[in-house]
Amino acid sequence: MLRLPPIKLVAPTTVQAAAKAIATSDDNARLVAGGTDLWPNMKRRHQKADTVVSLMSIPDLDSIDSANANMRIGATATLANIIRDDKLRARFPAFAVAVASISSPPLRNMGTIGGNLCVDTRCTYYNQTEEWRRSIDYCLKEDGKICWVATKSPKCWAHTASDSAPILCALDAKVRLVSASARRELPLADMYVDDGIDYLAKQPDEILTEVLVPGSSDSDHCRSAFWKLRRRGSIDFSTLSVAAAVWTDDNDVVTRASMYLGAVGSAPMPVAEIDTVLVGNKMSEDGIAEIAHVAHKIARPMDNTDFAASWRGKMTVQYVTAVLREIAGLPQLRMRPRHRLKVV
Amino acid sequence: MGEMNIEFNVNGKQVRVSAEPNKTLLYVLRGNLGLTGTKDGCSSGDCGACVVMLDGRPVNSCMVLGPQVEGSSVVTIEGLASNGELHPLQRTFGETWAFQCGFCTPGMLVSCYALLELNDHPSREEILTAIAGNFCRCTGYQAVIKAVEQAAAELRAAKGGAGND
Repeated sequence: MLRLPPIKLVAPTTVQAAAKAIATSDDNARLVAGGTDLWPNMKRRHQKADTVVSLMSIPDLDSIDSANANMRIGATATLANIIRDDKLRARFPAFAVAVASISSPPLRNMGTIGGNLCVDTRCTYYNQTEEWRRSIDYCLKEDGKICWVATKSPKCWAHTASDSAPILCALDAKVRLVSASARRELPLADMYVDDGIDYLAKQPDEILTEVLVPGSSDSDHCRSAFWKLRRRGSIDFSTLSVAAAVWTDDNDVVTRASMYLGAVGSAPMPVAEIDTVLVGNKMSEDGIAEIAHVAHKIARPMDNTDFAASWRGKMTVQYVTAVLREIAGLPQLRMRPRHRLKVV
Repeated sequence: MGEMNIEFNVNGKQVRVSAEPNKTLLYVLRGNLGLTGTKDGCSSGDCGACVVMLDGRPVNSCMVLGPQVEGSSVVTIEGLASNGELHPLQRTFGETWAFQCGFCTPGMLVSCYALLELNDHPSREEILTAIAGNFCRCTGYQAVIKAVEQAAAELRAAKGGAGND
């Protein structure tokens, strides 16, 4: 039975008031939306906060404008409401599939898109109870001196755990960040830093208020796909995910391509070579094999989650192949990974 | 941190409780209101033993703070039966042996109840998705699926709809 420590809960009703509250609170203040990441982390005492500023009382911050040419999703839109939006599902099917794969139905009724994009990095040696972590004298990510994944590493290797991030990065999404003194927009991919501890370029006093997905990334303009590896069909976090988007001209010649790997680095890992391999050509088995080979080298699965790291590396080849075959409209290979992701 | 007054509706009754802001809805239901049908399993949103309906949608009550339900409507396992009669789901769970130890059952039943409130003709896939946030470690899920299908058919028949099929 895990209990939350005492907190001061603040629930402003405007973004400006929330930005002011987080800016003027003590050092241990944190933002919360659905709470499905923060509450368990605080119950296990690896995230601490004296004051928690909730964004859930801000009206309209949960709105979804999927009919606009450029789709806009408010940060507190729940994952369940995102996959219930018919227009969104039709225009951004791989994004809907990715969101539908996150955790479980009751958690998707609470968890938000802003929360999922900012979800804490995870590690076998970190996501444990206080007693468990104390028994190993903690780890680099919290209060310890050693990264138990790579004991000589000066860097924390906790892995990115967001499923919406790889696909939204592939679709060129941007995020809007608001603080008490400024506001800025940046490509979502630039919000991530490949470091298990400081994994966000977003400042602690900045509030992610909106996700913007360009109309040029919808299903009229590009084909996209998302596959995810985990032990069970629900609840589990990804141990590997692959998201890609491919733009073609009228002759099926690729004009642009983008791919990101999730859970095999501290940030979504771009497979930049996909552009050079595919652009100017039609999608082919040879091109797909070449990208799968490159992605295998880019992925850095560590012994920090479920499944053996080396096997997750090998599965990167299988998953990249499956994603690109789905996008190309090629039949899946007989020995393809099991894939049951869909929006029900 | 002082206690906060929270007023909300539980199983059709308006209640007013006082709780510190770090107390979860699960704690408020069990500790303040004595509604111990909802179970505390993992306390971290994984197992689904604490699922209740919040404003018509199933949620893990261990992941909702008490003050967040101010003005809301909550349905717990205790709210499924009415006038001394079990809800058809509760009855079919018994008839199909859809539970053994029973620890997951309150959460499982509320997830299934939430599904049937929206859809009284769910496909097998929709039932599987509805209970994808509820762990059962002893009975398995086949009997649960059968119980939901049977209850759905009874509900449709009671409404004068398609009946059994």
